[in-house]
Amino acid sequence: MAEAQVIPLPRRETATRRVSPTGPSRPPTPLRPRRRPPGLRTFLRHRLTGDYPVDEFGFDPELTDTLLLPPLRAVYENWFRVTVTGTLPAGTGALVVANHSGTLPWDALMTAIAVHDHHPEGRHLRMLGADLVFRLPVVGNLARKSGQTLACGADAVRLLRAGETVGVWPEGFKGIGKSFHDRYRLQRFGRGGFATTALRAGVPIVPCSIVGAEEIYPKIGDLKPLATLLGLPYFPVTPLFPLLGPLGAIPLPTKWHIHFGEPVRTDLAPPDAADDQALVMDVAGGVRDTIQETLDHLVAGRTSIFR
Amino acid sequence: MAPEVVLVTGVAGQLGGRLAATLTAEPGITRIIGVDTRRPRAALPDRVELVTGGTDLHDLLRTEDVDTVVHAAPRPAGHGDRDRDLVATMRLLAACQRAENVRKLVFRSTAEVYGASPTSPAVFTETDRSARGRAVELEGYVDGLARRRPDLTVTTVRLAELLGAGVHTAFANYLRLPVVPTALGFDARVQVLHPADAVAVLRRATTHDLPGVFNAGGDGVLLLSQAIRRAGRVALPVPRAAVPAAARLARAELSPGLSRLLSYGRVIDTTRLKTAFGYTPGWSTAAAFDDYLHERTGITSG
Repeated sequence: MAEAQVIPLPRRETATRRVSPTGPSRPPTPLRPRRRPPGLRTFLRHRLTGDYPVDEFGFDPELTDTLLLPPLRAVYENWFRVTVTGTLPAGTGALVVANHSGTLPWDALMTAIAVHDHHPEGRHLRMLGADLVFRLPVVGNLARKSGQTLACGADAVRLLRAGETVGVWPEGFKGIGKSFHDRYRLQRFGRGGFATTALRAGVPIVPCSIVGAEEIYPKIGDLKPLATLLGLPYFPVTPLFPLLGPLGAIPLPTKWHIHFGEPVRTDLAPPDAADDQALVMDVAGGVRDTIQETLDHLVAGRTSIFR
Repeated sequence: MAPEVVLVTGVAGQLGGRLAATLTAEPGITRIIGVDTRRPRAALPDRVELVTGGTDLHDLLRTEDVDTVVHAAPRPAGHGDRDRDLVATMRLLAACQRAENVRKLVFRSTAEVYGASPTSPAVFTETDRSARGRAVELEGYVDGLARRRPDLTVTTVRLAELLGAGVHTAFANYLRLPVVPTALGFDARVQVLHPADAVAVLRRATTHDLPGVFNAGGDGVLLLSQAIRRAGRVALPVPRAAVPAAARLARAELSPGLSRLLSYGRVIDTTRLKTAFGYTPGWSTAAAFDDYLHERTGITSG
């Protein structure tokens, strides 16, 4: 087991040391060995004395591993019974691009567990969120502490160059707020910003297809005036929400399948590829098609959404 | 070009005073002229020629044949009169523009030029700059001077919040409160710079020709909640808009810029400082914070 963890490390170093075509080269960040979360007593002592490391994005690995991931993992294993296929590239930063759905971002939370538990180096998924997330008290705070940051090119490239695995949902609010009728039909993939970012950082793009999340809250309506009033992108109506109040916010226990597709390499592109709009749209379109095809295939192969 | 006659503004302040004192150890510098509107509380070395009160800066620059001007006076927001600082800077820059013997300007700016907001990137590089604010206005004047005097070597250093033993900034005073009001539901990332590093950066900018803009901050980040825990203080979360009022009740003034920093946090990238500028801060954020704490506990126990 120990050997299996040692082998990828030199590769990771060479990958991060490679001189990038744009921007200054950055010294590689020190390797983070896969650590076991500390015991509860150690954890509490660290909390009381403020003695724990936080990175420049505000990511607090100790808090994430001790308090945030375990309950999510329980949901992952027992409620959605997530099956994961495919592999994630080791020894390099990677941009995981996935379909977005489900009214509330359960898909993002479950993908974070899938990446952490299936990545050969046990990396945390560093997701890019909308600025709405960071405007909200508590939510924005938890997002930063669990490793997320603002969806902007600067932050994403910085994380990728440091060798992190970054997650992005290019459909954005259009995807997460799509109606039940549109399930498993990818919405517009933004303006291909994720492809620009990956090209700039020279890291592979991992197309990720998530099946199951699109049925957890069948959104059949949208109370637009209420959404405007609350400053939200949509106010969903599902068969159970807002009819049953908070109970309606319990997601349906669908059976999930997360597939990490074949990584798309971007390090072979010419140096100024990130500014080539035609190439960027090609790469983005190719990734979108891969995800859509995988989704169609996986959905067709299901016998029931709950099994 | 090695400086010979250096004029340092803000010598009554902590940074300007310490810079003037360290420059006396530089062999190539023949004269150091310290300028401020008030007399420094701590005595300066004899070699520093002190000029206080209303002097004609242009005359001073010309008659004393000053070749290097270090504007260390602008203080982080939350200190004193906003307009006085702006007008003083404008006067100094105008004098520099007309005095042709001035070859170099070192300008002390602050990371406040980046602002702090939920839509900001997590880490700022030198190419970013916010649209408004006093610090941005000041840098705008410096840009204007650099355009009109292309032969002038202009170095702008954007300093993170200063913290360490003996620092009395609004931020340091805020952390001294027995109960620290914080923004409910927010936890800012805070990066600080030890004054010793700030002085070293300004000194290097004075003695070397390093044109450009450079961020200066300690390595690493502390969360505000973490800092308060380390200080053994109690955080009192109040709604975000009420933080300045709550701090005022406890007699700590928070400028709008500082209270945004304390909600949304700010981190600056110091890669260029380490590579192009050639200085690596000796104090990390955590070490500078501990230095500040030790001094404080020393005072309360003795």
